[in-house]
Amino acid sequence: MNWFPAIIVMAVCIIIAVARIIIGPGAPTRLVAFDTTNTLVVASMVIVAMMTGNRPFYIDVAIVYALLSYVLTLFVAKYIQGDKF
Amino acid sequence: MASLNTLTYVFIGIGLFFNLVGSFGLHRLPDVYTRLHAATKCTTFGSIFLILAVIVQSAGIWALEGDSSQIVMCIHVVLALVALVVTNATSAHAIARAAHRSGEKPARAVVDDLERKQHD
Repeated sequence: MNWFPAIIVMAVCIIIAVARIIIGPGAPTRLVAFDTTNTLVVASMVIVAMMTGNRPFYIDVAIVYALLSYVLTLFVAKYIQGDKF
Repeated sequence: MASLNTLTYVFIGIGLFFNLVGSFGLHRLPDVYTRLHAATKCTTFGSIFLILAVIVQSAGIWALEGDSSQIVMCIHVVLALVALVVTNATSAHAIARAAHRSGEKPARAVVDDLERKQHD
């Protein structure tokens, strides 16, 4: 199995999403692009785990990254909608 | 073994196509809600298929060669898939709600039914 082209295409996807974070007008658009980037990073970490020869700790990192980025997205969304903490 | 690799390549192809479509949808569509629609659904679907490719590959190697280290990989990937699916749907809902509460209007919108319901 050759997983290397898959990780190249995922890197291109991440670069496109990060470009929307940089140029996007307004905070909600940037938050959408940020959430997309997090999903793509989790998927590419799973591919990296297969590419480097079955190392499950990359997938542990991916699980923790998914949960922490979810918490961060919820906090920023609550900040955008103007709630008090 | 050859059919296993073919199935894995098909799943990787579907996953990469949908991830690319989601990333281009972020640039192609006009406002926050349509971008959220494109990006969240396409990247969730694409990531499900990429993770499914890893599951097929590791479970197939475990079934064919009896390599017990592959089953650890398979269980961890299933946990990552569950975390990804649950958190993506919920955070997309939270972002849409926050964008509407912060006064973001859809592009070329004439009437906002949700806002009128709040004022009545």
